[in-house]
Amino acid sequence: MLEVKDLHVTIEDKAILKGLDLTVNAGEVHAIMGPNGAGKSTLSAVIAGKDGYEVTQGTILFEGQDVLEMEIEERARAGLLLGFQYPIEIPGVKNIYLLKAALNAQRAARGEGEIPAPEFMKLVREKSAEMKMDPSFLQRAVNEGFSGGEKKRNEILQMLVLQPKLAMLDEIDSGLDIDAMKVVADGVNSLRSADRAILMVTHYQRLLNHIVPDRVHVLVDGRIVKSGDKDLALELEARGYEWVLEESVA
Amino acid sequence: MSAAERFLQRLTARRADDPSWVAARRQAGAARFEAMGFPTRRDEHWKYTDVRRIAEGDFALASDVAFDAASFDALRLEIDAHRLVFVDGQFSATLSDLDALPTGVSVEPLSQAMVANHEAVGGSLGRLAGVDFSPFTALNTAFADEGAIIRLSAGTVVDKPIYLLMLSRAGSQPVMSHPRVLVEAGARTEATIIEHYAGEPEAANFTNVVTEVMLDRGAIIDHYKLQEAALTDLHVASIHVDQGRDSHFNSYNMNLGGALVRTDLVTDLNAEGAEAAYNGLFFVQGRQHVDNHTLVNHNAPRTFSNENYKGVLDDRSRGVFNGKVFVKKDAQQIEAYQNNANLLLSDRAEIDTKPELVIYADDVKCSHGATTGQLDEDAVYALRSRGIDEPMARALLTLAFVGEVMDKVRLNVIAERVERAVAGRLPERFNLADLVETAEAIQEA
Ligand SMILES: Nc1ncnc2c1ncn2[C@@H]1O[C@H](COP(=O)(O)OP(=O)(O)O)[C@@H](O)[C@H]1O
Ligand SMILES: [Mg+2]
Repeated sequence: MLEVKDLHVTIEDKAILKGLDLTVNAGEVHAIMGPNGAGKSTLSAVIAGKDGYEVTQGTILFEGQDVLEMEIEERARAGLLLGFQYPIEIPGVKNIYLLKAALNAQRAARGEGEIPAPEFMKLVREKSAEMKMDPSFLQRAVNEGFSGGEKKRNEILQMLVLQPKLAMLDEIDSGLDIDAMKVVADGVNSLRSADRAILMVTHYQRLLNHIVPDRVHVLVDGRIVKSGDKDLALELEARGYEWVLEESVA
Repeated sequence: MSAAERFLQRLTARRADDPSWVAARRQAGAARFEAMGFPTRRDEHWKYTDVRRIAEGDFALASDVAFDAASFDALRLEIDAHRLVFVDGQFSATLSDLDALPTGVSVEPLSQAMVANHEAVGGSLGRLAGVDFSPFTALNTAFADEGAIIRLSAGTVVDKPIYLLMLSRAGSQPVMSHPRVLVEAGARTEATIIEHYAGEPEAANFTNVVTEVMLDRGAIIDHYKLQEAALTDLHVASIHVDQGRDSHFNSYNMNLGGALVRTDLVTDLNAEGAEAAYNGLFFVQGRQHVDNHTLVNHNAPRTFSNENYKGVLDDRSRGVFNGKVFVKKDAQQIEAYQNNANLLLSDRAEIDTKPELVIYADDVKCSHGATTGQLDEDAVYALRSRGIDEPMARALLTLAFVGEVMDKVRLNVIAERVERAVAGRLPERFNLADLVETAEAIQEA
């Protein structure tokens, strides 16, 4: 589904990603771990299409399409969505407007008509209930005055409504208490399916107790230096990142 | 012959049966208008607004009130209200509905009130809007023969809004109308009054309205002005408000239509506890020109005003906001807040904004500010990241910008109408009106 090859990215002439390879297949959940500043957020942002990054080398293919040729909204409509680490507030734009406009944009890209109002209302009410969000949140402006946890839940609500093929989540667990973490994790888990994939960026293992990954990658200084299964996350939790680095240099 | 004289020629034709006090008023108005002439841009108050399109026009006076029933239904607000309808300034009894007026409320067309009850009307008309206020007020005074006289006796709470619908027709000869609205709200009365200007799409008429509102002690008046006239219509209005102790005046001044629009809104806070809230919105495009001049006079201690005007300007439209707050000497412990925020959707649109505080007291809380900007690019980006394309993202954010004023609007019918109008002006293929509808449906469910 996603194939990243030899990806080199600079920000303002500073090399951040230095030859990164990653393949994610449909049905899989991948976790990217690594120390602060390693380039984890950069990776997910570049895949999603955020500007400010220069790709100097390498390719990103999503379902065979060259992602780097697509605008951010085209990527989103194709099914590539990034849940932000720091979701911004959009004063005055009701959640419901964002959800409906985004869903209809996606449908239009697939050649489908707009979603009928009753169907849409049923959908958003169901999904907000899953995220334990009162329907009044739908009428509120996107993230405006939301607590940290509510913002994160709102990101997942967008995912549940838009059903991306590849959901990328950047530090979705930061700032969440245990209960909120459970709700968010349940939301993410409900996205798992044979034809979808999830890419999680985190530097804590604790999220991975709730959303159990198929593959764990360690990103250090712009490269993936080690990959393994879910046990690798536990090992990182116990031993830190230093040993991985030493092992990879050796 | 000057433009003023040419306009006044229309006056002589049909005034034979005016009562004498009316004739005297007309004469005073006409004399003043003739002396002042139309304002020019050399006049400080008209610096950014050129009224030559009015002065050079040739406007007749309407003589019938025929109006297409289907377009009447499409234009009017769907609201349960006491309704007076005017067609090109003339009262239409057929389209009006005043059957269910409760006791304590009197609502009359000016033409009838002038004849039937001249003393009360004669004593109040023009008390706030003198002929010296502007050439247009003088012109209105000369011509006014129709409008609405609304009187509330002490303690009356009006059950439904009082709805004045002013319709403008498209015709071969442009017409002018000079409606006059007078509201006398007795002590502790409460009412919602709507002035709604709408019309046929090709109408190119000139409306010159003067409204006077007097609030006695403890009166609470919500005053809506919804101006969505044809994009070819010319519209000049002045609203004069006089407030007694502990009275509240809430103005909602929304301008969407018109080729050339000028509104003056003046409030005198004359006794302690008087409070005025000005909520304004304008959305202009094409070559529309809209000018709002507001003034709040804090004439007494412990009076309050809060003003928030928002403007959206697209294409080559032009906006003017001039908001003045005046605090008299000894008007201590007043609070006055004023804000004007404008959104430019096109780099050829232009806004001249001038918030002004003139304070002669020393113990006051005042603030004012004006901002003009474009849409927040981070927000545009955040929406695009969800698959929404750029024009749609900008449309949503524009709707959001006006939302802050719309949230203050207590009459849902009007809030929805304006939101839809704004949504409808944004690129058509983005069915924003449908979004608004969905949000309303969810709210109600
Ligand atoms: N906008 C930016 N401008 C300059 N440097 C940046 C910017 N964003 C990130 N960086 C740098 O890129 C590196 C990787 O950052 P990031 O991808 O956020 O790491 P991580 O998510 O793994 O903590 C860091 O050294 C960071 O300082
Ligand atoms: Mg990060």
